[in-house]
Amino acid sequence: MSRLLKIQNLSKSFGGFTALNDVSLEIAEGERFGLIGPNGSGKTTLINCVAGSLRNETGQIFFQDREVTRLPAYRRTRLGIARSFQIPRPFTSMSVLENLMVPLEYVIHYNDRKSTAHAMEILERIGLADKADSPSNRLSQVELRKLELARAMAARPRLLISDEAMAGLSGSEVDEVLKILFDLNASGITIIMIEHIMQAVMRFSQRVVCLDAGKIICEAAPAEIVKHPEVQRAYLGV
Amino acid sequence: MRFWIGMAITFAAACGIVAFVNFDYLFFAGYTILMFVMLATAWNILGGYAGYVNFGTPAFFGLGAYTAAVLYKAFALPLPLQILAAAAMSGLLGLVAGVLTMRLRGIFFAIATIALVVIMETLFINWRYAGGATGLQLLRPALTPPFESYIKMLFLLMAGMVLASIALARYIERSWLGRGLRALRDSEEAAECSGVPTLRLKLFACTVSGALMGACGAPMPMYLSFIEPASTFNLNYAIGALASPMIGGTAHWLGPVIGALILSTLQQIVTVTISSEMNVLVIGVLLVVFIVAAPDGILGLYKKIMAAIRK
Repeated sequence: MSRLLKIQNLSKSFGGFTALNDVSLEIAEGERFGLIGPNGSGKTTLINCVAGSLRNETGQIFFQDREVTRLPAYRRTRLGIARSFQIPRPFTSMSVLENLMVPLEYVIHYNDRKSTAHAMEILERIGLADKADSPSNRLSQVELRKLELARAMAARPRLLISDEAMAGLSGSEVDEVLKILFDLNASGITIIMIEHIMQAVMRFSQRVVCLDAGKIICEAAPAEIVKHPEVQRAYLGV
Repeated sequence: MRFWIGMAITFAAACGIVAFVNFDYLFFAGYTILMFVMLATAWNILGGYAGYVNFGTPAFFGLGAYTAAVLYKAFALPLPLQILAAAAMSGLLGLVAGVLTMRLRGIFFAIATIALVVIMETLFINWRYAGGATGLQLLRPALTPPFESYIKMLFLLMAGMVLASIALARYIERSWLGRGLRALRDSEEAAECSGVPTLRLKLFACTVSGALMGACGAPMPMYLSFIEPASTFNLNYAIGALASPMIGGTAHWLGPVIGALILSTLQQIVTVTISSEMNVLVIGVLLVVFIVAAPDGILGLYKKIMAAIRK
């Protein structure tokens, strides 16, 4: 498999606090990749740097062998990096359908009619079609998570970063979201999953990296990572 | 189509009034009302669509007015060219202000725009050629037929500019630009991650909004035959331009138009019948009433009522 994303010696600090310390990582095309670690370990900071919401101080990021370190977030989205937000951030003044039309117009450059049709298609795929016309500030928690994923999908990404898309959901809802992510991966999209629900990470990922205090402490297959003493000490608390 | 027919009818009506009514006060008051409609429409492009509250209206309006006055004094430039130059200058000011404040959001952006007004006023107080603090007396040029009074001509000119700026605001609102601006108002980060170039769109909104305010200010020196800094950079313009969309509704181009028509007409009536100091009170009272009772303005209220009836 060819390499899709390469992170090289990435560091980021906020004032005196080092959030990421010399992180290097490679992700292959089509991979299902899990990112775990305790709260404050730098997971979200790492993907903020990859998506372009934050600028890293040192280190480089390559996407499809093209350096994107200095590109603004919208350019990275257009190259194929999409993300969902940990705390859903819908465009609250718009309907669910219109939410998807933003990336369709700005990334795929569809016109009004075409983007409406395509947005409807995505909503059907993700199971939100009956909510297409409702205002996005009236959705339930699981619907908001789905909307986050749907909006990310609308940008037609090659890499999808799912930031705790399942936090706070019930067991059956977790299964629902997990199925969506599996389907997306089957259609060729590489996925980085950040999650605290270990059961979901274990089932989904082919490879897992554990972050602690801004450093990668372990990288392994899911079955092995839970046995790793460092991971147990820092995160699992066994 | 209906929109354009409405525009044509409105302009024809303005022409009809100019042709058949001979009552100068009507045109003086009408000009002021139209001016506030234009300011409110311009304000709404940045403040309503993009959600960046701008208190700097007087800076853009005043720079436009002074650009026109100085060009008239120096080269006796005709009014249409004065307006174009004013729009260019104020648009440029909008762009520069946008670049300088690009990292500021919310209340901090609003504060920075107030500073802009103070800076511009200080600048013109200290510029001797433009009249300094005492101001500049200007002689109106000779009338061009078919107009028989200067104020009528200004009234019709302002009516045309108002309609043009409404058409522009409506175009922005309905195109991909409007959706992008709304997206960045709702969440700048999410907009950026949906491929919206937020900085560029913001600068675009700053520039267009500023340019329209500048164009709106350009005929002011001719309207008064006079210009001086204190009244030109008066914060009442900022309050009027901001309050009208709040009262009418910021989500739709019609909102600022309705709001400004109601607010400015009321102000004119109060100025004439009660006192010229009381008219500021009208804004204050209406603003409080609307923020409490109808936070989405008249249009939001109308939508709510229609939805309730349908149920």
